[in-house]
Amino acid sequence: MSTDTPTFTLDGRPIPFQPGQTLMQAVQAAGAYIPHLCHHADFDPIGSCKVCSVRLVGPHGERTVTSCTWPAQAGLEVRSETAPIRHDRQRLVQMLFAEGQHHCPFCEKSGNCHLQAVGYHLGMTDTHFHHSQQPHAVDASHPDVWLDRSRCILCELCVRASREVDGKSAFAIGGRGAQTTLLVNSPSGLLQDSGVAASDRAVHICPVGALMPKRQGFAIPIGQRHYDGPDDDADIARRPEDT
Amino acid sequence: MSPTPASPESTDTAANTSADTPDASDLLPPQGAPPAVLLQVLRAVQARCQHIPEPVVLALAARLGLGPAEVRSVVSFYHFLSSTPRGRFTVYLSDSVTDRMLGSEALLERLCQRLGVAEGQTRADGRVSVHRTACTGLCDQGPAGLLNGWPLTRLTERRIDEVAALIEADTPLAQWPPDFFEVRNPVWRHELTLSHPIAPGLALRGFAALAQAQGLDAARTQAIATLRDAGLRGRGGAGFATWQKWQACLEAPDAPDAQGKAITCNADEGEPGTFKDRLLLMAWAHEVIEGMTLAGLSVGAREGFLYVRGEYAFIAPHLQQVLAERHTQGWLGANVAGTGQAFEVALHLGAGAYVCGEETALIESVEGKRGIPRSRPPFPVDRGVLGRPTVNNNVETFVQVAQIAVHGAPWFRAHGTAASPGTRLLSIAGDVPRPGLYEVPWGLSVAEVLAGCGVTDIAAQVQAVLVGGPSGKLIDASQCQRRIAYEDLPTGGAFTVFGPQRDMLEVARQYTRFFAAESCGFCTPCRVGCVQLVDTADRLVQGHASTHDLDRLRDTADLMGRLSHCGLGQTAAHPLLDVLAHFPQAVLPRLVPDVRAFDLEAATVPHPSRTWTPA
Repeated sequence: MSTDTPTFTLDGRPIPFQPGQTLMQAVQAAGAYIPHLCHHADFDPIGSCKVCSVRLVGPHGERTVTSCTWPAQAGLEVRSETAPIRHDRQRLVQMLFAEGQHHCPFCEKSGNCHLQAVGYHLGMTDTHFHHSQQPHAVDASHPDVWLDRSRCILCELCVRASREVDGKSAFAIGGRGAQTTLLVNSPSGLLQDSGVAASDRAVHICPVGALMPKRQGFAIPIGQRHYDGPDDDADIARRPEDT
Repeated sequence: MSPTPASPESTDTAANTSADTPDASDLLPPQGAPPAVLLQVLRAVQARCQHIPEPVVLALAARLGLGPAEVRSVVSFYHFLSSTPRGRFTVYLSDSVTDRMLGSEALLERLCQRLGVAEGQTRADGRVSVHRTACTGLCDQGPAGLLNGWPLTRLTERRIDEVAALIEADTPLAQWPPDFFEVRNPVWRHELTLSHPIAPGLALRGFAALAQAQGLDAARTQAIATLRDAGLRGRGGAGFATWQKWQACLEAPDAPDAQGKAITCNADEGEPGTFKDRLLLMAWAHEVIEGMTLAGLSVGAREGFLYVRGEYAFIAPHLQQVLAERHTQGWLGANVAGTGQAFEVALHLGAGAYVCGEETALIESVEGKRGIPRSRPPFPVDRGVLGRPTVNNNVETFVQVAQIAVHGAPWFRAHGTAASPGTRLLSIAGDVPRPGLYEVPWGLSVAEVLAGCGVTDIAAQVQAVLVGGPSGKLIDASQCQRRIAYEDLPTGGAFTVFGPQRDMLEVARQYTRFFAAESCGFCTPCRVGCVQLVDTADRLVQGHASTHDLDRLRDTADLMGRLSHCGLGQTAAHPLLDVLAHFPQAVLPRLVPDVRAFDLEAATVPHPSRTWTPA
């Protein structure tokens, strides 16, 4: 590392960065891991899930920020793997589990699901919160893609991928508060009229089982998927290419 | 699949279909109009058609170059917009805590019964619908509400019956007795602001003279230095030094479109219990706009946006008239007051969303979008409305800006405390003999404020005071020597008093429901946390909570405070936490052992916290 590359520290480890990078971008480039759900390296961050929150210690005191949106600055002290932050992250993931209907044992995404994987990574063993019984609409109108809003964690990755990669702007967020929901951008509001294809990046980037190609049930048995194994390689932290 | 894809989970059930929906085509913007007009157009369509018909959604999307989902996403965000028809007479009754204390619940039931309509539903003939809404800013004359945007004040059983009869007779609103809609602005105490109205244009003269004599830079430097010397801090509640905001915006590089800077005036007075800006917009509009104009001249902005909450739409005609008059007089336009500088002010109305009082959500709403707070940085002074460096100040701040320009910094400094110079308007409501508007110097104790509004014996008359609304601080009677000041009890202007007869846990529960209904839903901790808080509050009130629920409540509250995206989520647990801290007698006797905390019957029917909607 050249001496004029600016750095900040992540839990004491020096992280070099290019001016203009966010904390998350620099951390990912350095091969380190901060748990996250709504962030993906290919897209501009939105900072909504809050799972990547870190504690900043700087000359003006401490503050908590989302590492996916905060600009890297030389000399910053960033704390990530502390007990209070791990606690908060686990609570956030538990909130998402309690908010939706996440039936891992019979969800096709199980084992490849980022929500589940981050839960594993954080050592989550229960959902802590009272489960919401909020009804969510399923859209099975499309011949090749289905949308189950009860599994959506509102990360907006499909919104961004459809707009920026697929060039279709097929999704948007509607409603508000507990009624916030994924909208399909078509005159009827249905997937079948949206121009979405099963090959779209928007479908494949879904971190959970909300948007999935149809007719692909259990081709790889549960137990043999990315995050299923007991070994360290199954830890989402070891699979930076996934996110 | 629901036939109304815009809001598959909407609780609205419209009985009438749109066979006789009025034509709204003349309300549509021209092809290629900027998308920022969307919210204002939707407001007009809603007023004409009582909903946003699907053909309008598609036509608007085509004209503005948006997708239908982008239009629906805005419709489904704002409480006053609807994808299904509301009544030709749409009644919103304020569901604020103070309105409930004045009996609004019984009035709502009476109105629904008189009209033969269920709350939140549109009657089969399409004539009427009755809804709850958050605080309408009329707490000093409640129970209150809105009828097709007109304010209903001082409601009684008799008035409710009269309202029902006029609706049944299909009497046009213009023929209703005017006193139904009379908004009074009782001011019980005047200090330097409310006793110094300024002649329109006067506050611009000093700036213009200096700009002509020594150049624009000198005038700008002088204007900002005067604010610094006055020590004016933002009246929205956060108390940021006004001059620093202006200075930062002045120094920020222009956006690439080279359209200069922008000014926004935050008149989205949504904090429950606050109604001071109602007075300023109704009676001090010249001063408000003059303050905005001075800000525009000082930072190099050509455009100002006066963002007024949808609940105050009844003040809009007056504001438009004042804007037109200021144009005629040359105080707005291409050459403001002879400075050679251009400045225009556009009026933007909200549509029922408390979160739009957050400055970056307000900016999103000005741009016609959903009111989702932005990530910071960048801050608005660097990148605000349409990417332009933007100064956002409160209504009261702009009035005081204009007054300081006329009377000077020492005049202002002579009042208040060293850290909180000047005075502040308080909106006082609840259990006090004289609710209304009070201007007090900063540093006055809560006890002194209470004495001023007729409380003679705090111990006997006051159980609690909510300073700054539910996102502020709830104190008990023993803390009444504390002072209203940024350094002790800061406040955005709300001051709500609760007598000894009030159930403080119930009060906290209502405020918690308010936050849940107003959460924008963007970030996990607030979106999910608010629902959890309501759930806990409901079970506490119903006697189904144990000490474990309190532990979970504190843990959730801490998480929301640390991680929420904006102030709404960060403060949503304050009412419950403050009641736990200061009024344990309202909570602890209701706890039950764990074994009794689970109620099978309650757990197997739809929970009230998830069926309640404000509008």
